[in-house]
This record gives sequence, C-alpha cells and structure tokens, in this order.
Amino acid sequence: MAKFKVKKRNIAIDMTPMVDLAFLLITFFMLTVKFRAPQAVEVNLPSSIADTPLPAQDILTISVSADGRIFFGVDSKHTRLAILEKIKDQYGYKFSEEEAKIFSLLPEIGVPFEQLKSYLSYSEADRKAIDKRASIPVDSANNQLKQWILFARYSNPKIRIAIRADEKAPYPVIARIIETLKEQKVHRFNLITTLEAQPKS
Amino acid sequence: MAAEVGGDSGGAKKGKKQSKARKPKKRPRIDMTPMVDLGFLLLTFFVLTTTMTTPNTMPVVVPPKITEKEEVEPPKIAEGKVITLLVGRGKIYYYTGIEKPELFMTDFSPKTGIRKVLLNRREEVAQRYGKPDEMIVIIKMLEEAQYKDFVDILDEMAIIQQKKYALVDITEEEKGMVEDYKKAIRASS
Repeated sequence: MAKFKVKKRNIAIDMTPMVDLAFLLITFFMLTVKFRAPQAVEVNLPSSIADTPLPAQDILTISVSADGRIFFGVDSKHTRLAILEKIKDQYGYKFSEEEAKIFSLLPEIGVPFEQLKSYLSYSEADRKAIDKRASIPVDSANNQLKQWILFARYSNPKIRIAIRADEKAPYPVIARIIETLKEQKVHRFNLITTLEAQPKS
Repeated sequence: MAAEVGGDSGGAKKGKKQSKARKPKKRPRIDMTPMVDLGFLLLTFFVLTTTMTTPNTMPVVVPPKITEKEEVEPPKIAEGKVITLLVGRGKIYYYTGIEKPELFMTDFSPKTGIRKVLLNRREEVAQRYGKPDEMIVIIKMLEEAQYKDFVDILDEMAIIQQKKYALVDITEEEKGMVEDYKKAIRASS
C-alpha cells in the first residue's frame, strides 16, 4: 500500500511570466501617470456631457471654491515669473529671489496683491492656512482678478481661460467672473467639468 | 560537471562516485514572492491613481458687453419663438412669450424635467414656423442658483442641440415673478 501512495509534493508554479507581465504593466502605468498638480483649493467639479479634453498647456484657471472664494492660476512657471514682473512694475513691490522662486512654484494664488509679499515669506503650512480663507477681490471698485488676467494675457497671449468652479459655488460669483471676462473682451472661455454619460434620446 | 567531461567510461563512473560525495550543485532558487507582492502593490497603486479623471471642458461663448456709448437696439424676435428660463437652485421657472407671461416650474430630472419642456416648445415652434431650429432660449440665472445649475442648463442645451440660446441678466420684474410664484406655492400647500 505504502508503495502506491502518491507522493505529496509542493507544486512549484513558474511565476516568471506573471511577474514579467506585472512589471510591464507597472512600467506602463508609471510612465503614463500624470499626477494632478496640488491645488490650493478643493473643488468638486460638476459633471456634463462635454467631452473635449482640457488642453495641457497655456491654460489660465480661475478656481472658485464652494464658498465662493476665487483663486487664480497659470500652468507654466515661465508665465508665472512674467506675471510677477508685471506686478512689480505696476505696484512697485519688491520681491526677493527666494520669493520669486516660491511664487513660480505655486499652482494657484488667492491673496490680494497687498498681501502677496508677506504671503510668499510665510512657511508652506502657514500659506495653506491662509488659502483656507483667502480670495482674490472682484468688486467693481477693486477688481484684482481683472489685473491678474490682464498680466497673464500680456505674459502669454496664447493663454486660454478656464473656469474651474465647485458645483456648489454661488452663481453671483460666477456672474461676476464672467462680467470681468467680458470687460476684457474675453467672450470665449471654458468651464471645466467631469464627464457624464450622454443620455439616450 | 567539468569532472564528467572527457575520460573513459571508467572515469565517468569514478566521476559519478565523486559527485555523490560532493555537495550537489543546485541552482539557487530565489523566493520571488515578496518581489511579486511589491510588484502588484505598485501596480494596484498606479492603476487606481490614474483613474482617468481627465477633466473636460465645456466651451462657453457670451455676447459682448454693450457699452453706454454704443447704441445698439436689442434684436427683435418673434414672441412665439421664445422660451425664457429662470434658473434657480435645482429648479427652473419658465415662461413662453413676452407679454403677461404665466410662470411654470420644472427641474433637471431627465425624463420629465426641462428637457421635455424644451422639446415640447420646439415642437410648437416647428408647427407654427415650420422649422424647429427657430426656437430661441433665453437663460437667466437667479441669484440663488449654484454653479452646478449653470453647468446643467448649458449642458441641457448641448444635449438637445439647441444652438440659439442666450445668457441674459435677470430683471427685477422676473425676480418678483419668481417670488410671487414661490409664495403662491407656499400658500397652496
């Protein structure tokens, strides 16, 4: 009996092809992944059936938080530095090299010009705390968003304007922004949304 | 192995004996499990973070602002072609025509909401003027509206392929109409 007993053996599966495939996929995803740039303001985008992808460059984003605070951002470092130059010229603020460097790395900014210098001198954590309540003024008496857009369009004439607003953002704020854009003869802009399935007619 | 190369059969025998005495040469087996674990962990991570959340854009074109210097007469449009939407928070108040309008209310629900209203109105316009694309939609946003409502109503235009629509500022009169409508609803309920 003992002679016919099937020998218990550990079955060794050759895992090499699987590992190969796994690493191939990892490489693929690592190379294709594009991390979202950290944003100064959390935005819950509304969905729409619009399926035109957002261009990757030459984009000016006007972000609006759920409580209606406005932030401004441009995508390239180059443009940011050019904008900072314009702010220097226009308002006579002086920025150190360090501050300019910090500014060039900020994806979005939400402080009025008067506070910009002190904002740049703070630590990152302090800046985050300020971002929680900051907003660019858009009142008709002191429309700084208009200035920001003007500087950005001077710095990069090709720039396209996109509004990235939270779905709960109050409409009057959006209306103010559209009004500001109209004042600058910008009649064509984009609303950033997430994709939703097209309903069947 | 080298011991087996060359020599006569006796030698080979001898070699076999020798190899028995020697430690058997084994290919070192590396346990790949941890590597595979790590591999799949990374794979999962990258698959989940790529979640294809490429944001999309909805193009918007707004009419130029009319400055006080310019004297532009508002375009004349036939009353029968117009539908005016007053968009509030998740609710749409609408009326057709211009004179003494009666306000109705609807919402964004896909089957029974604004889409149906617009399609019905288009049908009416088509019967009267012969062409369905004669319809003109005027969108006015109420102050209570949120950005989502704005995107939704523009989206609705895209869904029904309505080309002729305009975003216009709301008048005090219309605000009053909406208020009256809300009051009437509260009174009746």
